[in-house]
Amino acid sequence: MAELYIEGDPIRDEKAPAGPIQERWDNRRFSAKLVNPANRRKLSVIIVGTGLAGASAAATLGEAGYEVKSFCYQDSPRRAHSIAAQGGINAAKNYRNDGDSVHRLFYDTVKGGDFRSRESNVYRLSQVSVEIIDQCVAQGVPFAREYGGLLDNRSFGGVQVSRTFYARGQTGQQLLIGAYQALERQVAAGTVEMNTRHEMLELIVVDGRARGIIARDMVTGEIETHFADAVVLSSGGYGNVFYLSTNAMGCNVTASWRAHRKGALFANPCYTQIHPTCIPVSGDYQSKLTLMSESLRNDGRIWVPKEGGDARDPREIPDDERDYYLERRYPAFGNLVPRDIASRAAKNVCDEGRGVGPGGLGVYLDFADAIKRMGRPAVEAKYGNLFDMYQRITGENPYEVPMRIYPAVHYTMGGVWVDYDLQSSIPGLFVTGEANFSDHGANRLGASALMQGLADGYFVLPNTINDYLADGPFEKLDENTPEAKEAAEAVRERIDTLLSINGERTVDSFHKELGQLMWDYCGMERSEEGLRKALERIRELRTEFWRNVRVLGSNDELNQALEKAGRVADFFELAELMCIDALHRRESCGGHFRAESQTEDGEALRDDGNFGYVAAWQFSGTGRPPVLRKEDLTYEYVEMKQRSYK
Amino acid sequence: MNITLRVWRQRSSGDEGRMVTYQVEDVSADMSFLEMLDVLNEKLTLAGEEPVAFDHDCREGICGACGVVIDGVAHGPETTTTCQLHMRSFNDGDTITVEPWRAKAFPVVKDLVVDRGAFDRIIQAGGYISAPTGSAPDAHAMPVPKGDADRAFDAATCIGCGACVAACPNASGMLFTAAKVTHLGAVPQGQPEREARVVQMLNQHDEEEFGGCTNIGECAAVCPKGIPLDTISQLNRDLLGSLATGSAE
Repeated sequence: MAELYIEGDPIRDEKAPAGPIQERWDNRRFSAKLVNPANRRKLSVIIVGTGLAGASAAATLGEAGYEVKSFCYQDSPRRAHSIAAQGGINAAKNYRNDGDSVHRLFYDTVKGGDFRSRESNVYRLSQVSVEIIDQCVAQGVPFAREYGGLLDNRSFGGVQVSRTFYARGQTGQQLLIGAYQALERQVAAGTVEMNTRHEMLELIVVDGRARGIIARDMVTGEIETHFADAVVLSSGGYGNVFYLSTNAMGCNVTASWRAHRKGALFANPCYTQIHPTCIPVSGDYQSKLTLMSESLRNDGRIWVPKEGGDARDPREIPDDERDYYLERRYPAFGNLVPRDIASRAAKNVCDEGRGVGPGGLGVYLDFADAIKRMGRPAVEAKYGNLFDMYQRITGENPYEVPMRIYPAVHYTMGGVWVDYDLQSSIPGLFVTGEANFSDHGANRLGASALMQGLADGYFVLPNTINDYLADGPFEKLDENTPEAKEAAEAVRERIDTLLSINGERTVDSFHKELGQLMWDYCGMERSEEGLRKALERIRELRTEFWRNVRVLGSNDELNQALEKAGRVADFFELAELMCIDALHRRESCGGHFRAESQTEDGEALRDDGNFGYVAAWQFSGTGRPPVLRKEDLTYEYVEMKQRSYK
Repeated sequence: MNITLRVWRQRSSGDEGRMVTYQVEDVSADMSFLEMLDVLNEKLTLAGEEPVAFDHDCREGICGACGVVIDGVAHGPETTTTCQLHMRSFNDGDTITVEPWRAKAFPVVKDLVVDRGAFDRIIQAGGYISAPTGSAPDAHAMPVPKGDADRAFDAATCIGCGACVAACPNASGMLFTAAKVTHLGAVPQGQPEREARVVQMLNQHDEEEFGGCTNIGECAAVCPKGIPLDTISQLNRDLLGSLATGSAE
């Protein structure tokens, strides 16, 4: 494997605080330098992305008095993909008196992440979770309430307490609208300059520090240079490398990838969360996969016929001829096992030929028992919007016939490497939310992404970025700065190239082919042989892309094909790194299942002795072997043991 | 199915637009309307013609980015977003007319894409609760009656797609504005700014050149999230209250 990558020096989190875990965040906040309010307006910050992490950070830093420039590719910051999160947000409030605590949320998250996240970060996340709910309620976020007027809770996959706060099936929407309103309030106050329909296409690094970005105005095509004292990437995940995913169509890796090419390490790229409850694929024209909230697993029961090829109407299959395989295999958690376990179990029963629906790629999610037990009105009140959505997409009535679901690419746990301060390996470049390699380890539990996005944006970054900015303002730069000119020139050249190839294949045709390769070989299950095959084919396809893609139109107007082409070009490079990362990690871990590493009964087999580290990759040129830098993970507070949900 | 599409093509806001007719073959009933447009765009690209620009993102009915007028109705024949409209709502051989939202406040950017920045500016004028980030009171410190929370939630589900404006003969943005006023006015946290909010948001609404509301109700009829018309009554009540106390400048 030596030909695929080079092993470099190990890396350490220099900001990682020592001492008792309960005191680390307090200590870091106290030791971080402050900036006095009068000086803040002389300091500027660029924030790319306006999802939960970006909008909350922009609003908070604007409120604090910094000069903030915010960017999003959508026509309004309110449309960032955080808006689509359905289920809920965790917080260790223990409002249910069911034994929850900051420590338990911490424990569940470290364990759920399959021991590939940092204890310090996760503990902080659990502490801050409590404040997030208070903050959002103060903003008017209409969380679900009980008749006494207090907040309602429910439970989510992978945990045994009810700590998930929710707003019907639209929690992400309500949290994002809250952050968006706070952001717009700052726009009105003049502390945040909002740039919609703008896409970051390069990072400007001067004297080793991140000092700005090159952005393209997607309406006029103008290539703009923006400087700041610090740059924050809150640009989301890269699940769209698979083409079909639950991500919005515009989600992309470009901002992160451009930073990676400029020196930011990219960590654990192969960790992709596969969500177990998506509506199955219906045809090859399909553009995306739609998620059914995981909360459905609270009351729905998952099953397949015991016999393969049973084509009866599911309602006519008697109970003793059904296999409620999650309840059978994991009696303690049943249908609420974590996402990676539920996804793999679904794949296994389909691989055995017991899948249902067209192509046999589906399992039933059945509410018949719940309707009997709770009555249809109660089911409607709890899940009505999800049922309506299912019916609209499939044309089937889920109150009458069990829903069909299948796993799909959902969330990426890999991302830009950051230290405890959320700073990347490039000083002045901070990365928050899904864009960083995150607090989720190798697997994300339900309702924890919203928690991380808002924790980073409202509470963590605003307390750590000061420490960096206190050394500013940095030298004033203008468009003649050689590094800025170079970056802008690189963007122009890339666009000119894409527009001049005029080949014979559309951007989407390349993207679909790349996505299929990634799903087949770097998806739910990976093997050495498959990954090597994928790597070879991805390289051929990348070469063909740059010779044969057809992008019509020009750069001086809205050109959606051009936008897609630039993003797919970056997905090609990322895909290679994902396969290399998956290849080198010869263990099964969270969202990464290596066929060569499993227990006798087919469960994922982790190898802590050899792989108990974060794999942080350094870029060394397109097509050149990347450099692997390992950050060792140690566990002082949670005993590292094989995860079991049985 | 075979579908004949009449699509509005317009290079930019300054250019004149025109309807262009295209044929799309092999349309599956399971395709979403936008997937059918994807198929058209692949075909156009291979034929050397620029693909049709349209706004879309999440394709699961929640981001509010998509939206076109289909056969004269915002988002088409079903009460949903364009991305959640499926071709099973149409028949083989149908001719379908596709146009952008039309309103003075929503200038065309290109083809089916319009600029809805006016909505953001209405929110900037007061569509928020001033709550700086920091130590907020415990979430249980202020109980909210379930009915109020549900009412707030129902109004807060507005996705800002703009269908209400496109459907309104006056191109009024009142349903959007009223939804926010109702959401924030239904929770206790929203009370201190309630009277000022409604006036500021309405002033901005008018400044953006949205038309006035004459209670026709087309907005609520097409709203993919079912924002009820009575939010506009709520807005009017809040406005009267505000004017009566003279608390808003």
